[in-house]
Amino acid sequence: MKARHKRLGFLAAGLVGLGVAATLVFNALDSNLSYFFSPTDVVQNKAPADHVYRLGGMVQQGSLERGQELTVKFLVTDTANTVKVAYTGILPDLFAEGQGVIAQGRMGPEGVFVADEVLAKHDENYMPPEVADALDKAHKGAPTGVANK
Amino acid sequence: MNARLLNWFKFSSPATFYPLAGRLVPIFTLIAVALIGVGLYMSFFVAPTDYKQGEGYRIIFVHVPAAWMSMFIYLIMAFWAGLGLVFNTRLSGMMTRALAPTGAIFAFLALWTGAFWGKPMWGTWWVWDARLTSELILLFLYLGYLALQGAIDDTRRADRAGALLVLVGVINIPIIYYSVQWWNTLHQGATISMDNGSKMGVTMLWTMLIMALGFWAYTIAVALVRVRSIILEREADTTWVSELAEVRR
Repeated sequence: MKARHKRLGFLAAGLVGLGVAATLVFNALDSNLSYFFSPTDVVQNKAPADHVYRLGGMVQQGSLERGQELTVKFLVTDTANTVKVAYTGILPDLFAEGQGVIAQGRMGPEGVFVADEVLAKHDENYMPPEVADALDKAHKGAPTGVANK
Repeated sequence: MNARLLNWFKFSSPATFYPLAGRLVPIFTLIAVALIGVGLYMSFFVAPTDYKQGEGYRIIFVHVPAAWMSMFIYLIMAFWAGLGLVFNTRLSGMMTRALAPTGAIFAFLALWTGAFWGKPMWGTWWVWDARLTSELILLFLYLGYLALQGAIDDTRRADRAGALLVLVGVINIPIIYYSVQWWNTLHQGATISMDNGSKMGVTMLWTMLIMALGFWAYTIAVALVRVRSIILEREADTTWVSELAEVRR
């Protein structure tokens, strides 16, 4: 065994050890590294009840209510569960129904999540408007008989 | 086997690598200028407007290739660092050192352009989610490597210490890449991935790939220029350097 084989062995063992250590650390930290809780987490009481956290999901279609001045109320859903959110302030440009959203705040007494910050979460899709239109039409069961995608 | 090994080792000698790098630099510079020129033109004038984000999305043509490069350069540095530790070749340490500033620049660029995109799209410059935080750590790893390597006077020891830091930090690369899958993050998932292909318009995709290839060529060119000056610095006392046409004058 040459010296460089020995060094290669040390290096490989070191990297494997590091990998195992990192895996264990991240398993231990688990969901503590997550940026937000989903509505299902909230319904199952996994989210902290008495202090500030972030709630993330999709703004449910047709759920946006504009109240007095800048107050808005909407439902955040992960398709399995929904949580009602109330927010007063300016919404980011990308905020819309059917769009991903992350709200920071705490649970109010009537089960309404009172947010003091709302961020829009963008998805991984980038496309020209024409393509988006075409997809939209195809999705709604196009009258022209285009296959649903 | 032995002959092939010998052949490879020939280029690990700074004296043979120096003129080779000198021949490669103009080629890669040309490729970089051409690709980034075409890529930027396409970014601004050819690529269509996004259906939801409007024109503001165009920053991704710099952001995404820069972020890719910041991760990829680190992997190449780790490769050279490992090679240097195992085979004790002088050139490996020089290559690691030559790549680090470019990697740091790309990591910074990815964070900076990301902040510019985040303000109008998300509504915030910065959040401490897993993707953004791990990319910031990558920037600190680059800066830490440069500082450590620069703090030790003996270059061989400096290279070994730096190589260890680079190899320990390599654990961060899969964390950055998979952070958007493993944890809930504000940052969106990968638009282009090996398992799912691409989720963007064809013209947009090509623009991004051309920019990425341009950044590649730029990285190679600038790293070679840098490694050439590192070679000259470290080998200043040798006869082959004193016999170089550009040194003798």
